[in-house]
Amino acid sequence: MTTADRLAQKEYGYGFVSPVEADTLPKGLSEDTIRLISQKKGEPEFMLEWRLKAYRHWLTLEGQSPAWANVSHDPIDFQDIIYYSAPKGKTDGPKNLQEVDPEILRAFEKLGIPLEEQKRLSGIAVDAVFDSVSVATTYKDTLDKLGIIFCSFSEAVKNHPDLIKKYLGSVVPYTDNFYAALNAAVFSDGSFAYIPKGVRCPVELMTYFRINQADTGQFERTLIVADESAYVSYLEGCTAPSRKRNQLHAAVVELVALDNAEIKYSTLQNWFPGDAEGKGGVYNFVTKRGKALGRKSKISWTQVETGSAITWKYPSVILQGDDSVGEFYSVALVNNRQQADTGTKMIHLGKNTRSTIISKGISAGRGQNTYRGLVRILPGAEHARNYTQCDSLLLGSACSASTVPYIEVRNPTAQVEHEASTSKVSDDQLFYCMQRGISEEDARFMIINGFCREIFKELPWEFAVEASQLLKVSLEGAVG
Amino acid sequence: MSPSPLLQVAGLRASIAGKEILKGVDLTVHTGEVHAIMGPNGSGKSTLANVIAGHPAYAVTGGSVRYRGKDLLAMTPDLRAREGLFLAFQYPVEVPGVRNSQFLRSALNAGRLHRGLPELELKEFNKLLKEKMALVEMNPSFTTRSVNEGFSGGEKKRNEILQMALLEPTLALLDETDSGLDIDALRTVSAGVNALRRADNAIVIVTHYQRLLDYIVPDFVHVLVDGRLVRSGGRELALELEREGYERIRQAVESAQPAKS
Repeated sequence: MTTADRLAQKEYGYGFVSPVEADTLPKGLSEDTIRLISQKKGEPEFMLEWRLKAYRHWLTLEGQSPAWANVSHDPIDFQDIIYYSAPKGKTDGPKNLQEVDPEILRAFEKLGIPLEEQKRLSGIAVDAVFDSVSVATTYKDTLDKLGIIFCSFSEAVKNHPDLIKKYLGSVVPYTDNFYAALNAAVFSDGSFAYIPKGVRCPVELMTYFRINQADTGQFERTLIVADESAYVSYLEGCTAPSRKRNQLHAAVVELVALDNAEIKYSTLQNWFPGDAEGKGGVYNFVTKRGKALGRKSKISWTQVETGSAITWKYPSVILQGDDSVGEFYSVALVNNRQQADTGTKMIHLGKNTRSTIISKGISAGRGQNTYRGLVRILPGAEHARNYTQCDSLLLGSACSASTVPYIEVRNPTAQVEHEASTSKVSDDQLFYCMQRGISEEDARFMIINGFCREIFKELPWEFAVEASQLLKVSLEGAVG
Repeated sequence: MSPSPLLQVAGLRASIAGKEILKGVDLTVHTGEVHAIMGPNGSGKSTLANVIAGHPAYAVTGGSVRYRGKDLLAMTPDLRAREGLFLAFQYPVEVPGVRNSQFLRSALNAGRLHRGLPELELKEFNKLLKEKMALVEMNPSFTTRSVNEGFSGGEKKRNEILQMALLEPTLALLDETDSGLDIDALRTVSAGVNALRRADNAIVIVTHYQRLLDYIVPDFVHVLVDGRLVRSGGRELALELEREGYERIRQAVESAQPAKS
């Protein structure tokens, strides 16, 4: 089989569309749209007000999406997007699994995320978000006993308004950036988690996002709060059908860690990347930030980004508490005509704060991969330390990799290290593996996997296996 | 001698980046034999080993290589390996992030599947690996380290022989396995190789110095000069080379073939 054949055969395995009846708002965005979303969700007044403030702020930005990223796309017509779509009759969210449309259950089953009680993933509590709403959350009983709150954002707004009022927008205010403002105005659902004082969450919490409806933007919002000495590991997975037109995904994630708390946030991002010619695919414009607010708190981001036509995201940590720790581990892969501009920001405020950044970029096809990172040490951050390592792997000669590190140090006691490398899978490495009997394809994959090992080992085991598979599928047919 | 040789190289010519290195090499190896190919630097010894193994940097421009009765040059390098051909590299490459044990298991299982055997389960594999590591006196910590990454020269060579022990090749080519080894490592590595000598396999040693042949005693010694095998003999030929150096043999060859190039 020629490479071209294999490329043609290469299919995005998650590209199916589920025949689910939906309650969908007409395209377009106005104050009315926002009032309608808020009303459909039965939100309290404070949420609507917050949304409207965000919308009015967004209007002042005059449709100017950020232009500094190393990506290019046609201007987005924000009136040509559907801002709300929910599986029909489930506007309120189903009370239990019997109420969930079997087509939706089938969709998640196909994605390897079974929601039925008897089949559920062991050790992982799942909140499944289909288009704009959360359809199911598993493992409720276990979590309830420990006082852990894990539910859809809509439920949290109704049942835990105090926590929402206290933390919503406390890490990513709606004034933060263009897409954060848009998200704040129109976000439809997402996940909320609160881990009480001293509780170690015994299962992984997972949200699985699925865009089904055509021309729908997905604007979810996730908020995770780990109270003093709490620990939680949170996973996020995402897929979308293959569509010829681009779809916008503009999410916001906020994490708050109090004294001695730890949040580990892992993402497998596999939105539809578009076809080999760059048609279709998801624009993944996401703002993710954690605040290591408490003393000795720790926030760790691990991401494996293989999907999306364009990825624009910088999961960041504000290291506010003394002795707090921020980590960013990333694999970003681009193939065909995908573009990624991703990295992190580590903002050191507290004393003895430490951050680690390890970024692995893989470029294939005509993919364009940029690492963009900021390490900022503020005057009060005595003895802050950062270590940054950016490695790029190029597969083929039509792709590109760039590294754009910004370092700002305003305290002389800081220690900042930056290392960067660019490499290829060498003929000698391939020959060495093949001389031991390993096929060229397996050898190539083994070498690429090895390149990502430092990141994969940060993932929970099942996720690491899936990440490795994802890499393989995403690279199928990529010329070496 | 058995009528069908394990390896038959006939009139082999090969070049790298347009420069001809092998200028017509003939070599016949039967099972149960150990051959040594000696020669001065740049004579084409390593090229011969790499061409037989199928390194993509070399272009074969003439001649043929038959291995177990099949056209070796028509096979991809991984197929050659699965058919029992092994090259112990002069400079083993590093494969960052790939665990040595995982690499070895993939290699072993690729060969097993090719021979119609089931893959070895992790437990059985670990047991086998432990046995083989003892043979080359390798520290168990090497299994969890990345392939050759941060290994010293000697450790890399031991790792090559460990792979050979594990894969049990029918034909092993050892390319300058003695270079960079201290005397103790040389002894261990040689003992490892000797333990793998059997009536149903063969070993071809490529070496510059005869000292390795004190430990792994060859049945045949060939001298490669300027891309051609110019003399063949028994063990004593290596000793003669050691005494008199390559210069004499080069002169003898040159006077026999008056300069016309």
